Parts: sequence; C-alpha cells; structure tokens
Amino acid sequence: MRFSVIAVPLIAAFVFGWGLYKKVDILDAFTEGARENLKTALGLLPTLALLMLGVGMFRASGALEALTELLSPVTEVLGFPKECLPLTVLRPVSGSGALAVLKNILAENGPDSFAGRVASVLMGSTETTFYTIAVYFGATRVKKSRHALPAALAGDMTAFLLSSLAVRLFLGFTAR
Amino acid sequence: MIGYLLSFMILWSVAYSVWAGTSAEVSNSVITSGAEAVELVLTLAGSMAVWGGIMKIAERSGLTQALTKLMQPVLKLIFRGLKKDSEALRAIAMNLSADLMGLGNAATPLGIEAMRALEREESPGERATPNMIKLAVMNSCSAEIIPATVAALRAEAGSASPMEILPCVLLVSFASLAVALLVAEVLNIGAKR
Repeated sequence: MRFSVIAVPLIAAFVFGWGLYKKVDILDAFTEGARENLKTALGLLPTLALLMLGVGMFRASGALEALTELLSPVTEVLGFPKECLPLTVLRPVSGSGALAVLKNILAENGPDSFAGRVASVLMGSTETTFYTIAVYFGATRVKKSRHALPAALAGDMTAFLLSSLAVRLFLGFTAR
Repeated sequence: MIGYLLSFMILWSVAYSVWAGTSAEVSNSVITSGAEAVELVLTLAGSMAVWGGIMKIAERSGLTQALTKLMQPVLKLIFRGLKKDSEALRAIAMNLSADLMGLGNAATPLGIEAMRALEREESPGERATPNMIKLAVMNSCSAEIIPATVAALRAEAGSASPMEILPCVLLVSFASLAVALLVAEVLNIGAKR
C-alpha cells in the first residue's frame, strides 16, 4: 500500500519540477487548466440535478433495496457486494449517474467498508461505455459499429467480476 | 435514453412508495436532491481544478508529448496495417496519453480526431474497420492512472486512505482493457472468415 500513498505526491512533484526545469509559466498554466476543469464541473450540475432526483426518489421509496434484494442470490455466488449492484447497472450508461450512486454507497456503507471499496474500484476502472461508443462513431460516417459494443461490454463485465476480487487481494477484506 | 430511464425510475418510485408506505421519504428526497447535486459538484470541482492545473503544466512542459512518443511502438502492435508515420497513430497515442493522465476533456476531442484520421486512412464506408473498433473499445475502458475523482469522493466521505484503492484500480483497468481488446480481436478474425 506504500505505493499508493506516495504515487500522487511523487507525480505532482515530478510535474512541477519538470515544469520549472522547462521554464513553464507555472501560475499561468495551472490556473488555465484549473479554470477549464471548473467549467466542466459546473457544466455537470444540470444533469446531476436530474440524476440525483431520480436516484434519490428510487432509493427513498425502497424500490432500489427491493431490486438489489431480488438480485442478491446472483451476486452472493460471485462474492460481489449487493450494495454495489445499482452502480454496475448505471455505470455504462451514465457517468454522472454513476457518480451520484457512488456518493450514496460511500455515505451509507462508509468509504473503507468492503462495499465502499469495491464501488470505488468499479467507478475508477470503468468508463461510460455507451456514451463513448456513440460519440466516437457519431463523429464519423460509419453507421455500423459492428462488434465495438459487445467487446467494450465484455471489458465492463471483466471489471465487475474482478473488482471485488482485487479488493480482497490487495486490501484483504472478507467480512462486510 | 437516460431521460426515459429516469422518468421510468421516478414513476416506479412513486408507485412503489404508495404500496410500501414510504411516501414521506420520497417527498423528502424530491426536496433535498437538488442540494445534494450541488454538494456533489462542489466536491468534484475542487479536485478537478487541481488536477486540471497539474496536467496543464505537464502538457506545456512537454511531458504529455514525451509519453505519446513512448507509447507509439506498443500501439503499433494493437493498431495494425497503418502506414509508416501515420497521422492516425499519432492521434491515437495523444488520445491515450491524455486518458492515462486523467485529462477527460482533452482525451475525447483527441480520440475523435484519431477516429477521423482512421476514417481518412482506411476509408471504411459505412462499416467500422477493426482499428476503428479497437480505438472506440480502448476509450470505453478506463486507462486513468490516478483515480482523482473517486479519491475526492472517498476523502469527502471520511476515508482513512482515499488513494488505497489505487493498485486495485490499476489491475482491474488493465485486465478489463486487455479482455475488451482481445474480444474485439477475436471477433475481427471471426468476421473476416
């Protein structure tokens, strides 16, 4: 685990050090990058408001719990925490929706619980598959994306199956 | 599509709450969900700003370009049949370096540029070529080295070690990318016959 503690500071130090060595205007570069990303973050808000509404109502009504309960025999066999199920459904479809669900999972189970860790790994190691495929082929004249989506979804399935295994392997957490 | 999905979820929630007697909770969530969305964006905005700043320094100091050069030989093994000093391959390498550095907004335009370059070089007509499929598949998997967004959310939720998930994320990202590319490759071979 030492690596993960030191990796981020090391990268930051390296980037700043290299920037100084290359005589980059650090203040100007940093603020420009920060400004761009702040705009992006703010742009997420309207969509997130809708997603939080839908996800929030779904959870508050108890329908979400009923759904995960229904699917829990399947996840139990795979050793996958059932709290993370909603995330696997939303992740390939909507990035901000998945963020909203992740926030809930972390708040309810604790970020360092088994479910909290698996949800974090799942979120960090996958992408918004449907959106990506649509955007990438939408930019070209290609109409038949052929097996792009099945292959990408095979990758997502791998991530779902491996995330709980990886958490057990590296963080040694078997009990919930 | 996401609009339909959410409308359906909302209708279902209301129907379910009437049956399960949770109308008060649902009513409450309608009122508070907007504030939750703002709170979530505030959490994300801070860490996104910091990483955007750091990565802009990396870009201006030539680090991103150096990474691009380093990756080209490996990418040649995945994207085959492209001509020497192909413009598409260069664009793909830039796209992947931006992905690795977690520059989501920079990665997408670069990836689209790579897609267009592939279209020019391979003139596929209406059917995607194997290289185009692999590029789209590669971008639908996460290649981010530092899961900054997730770590920010973990920190806000009170994690003792927000970045402890890093080795897991790297392993799972790499494995899922490998599987996705392998499936694309196998299906490509199958389609040729």
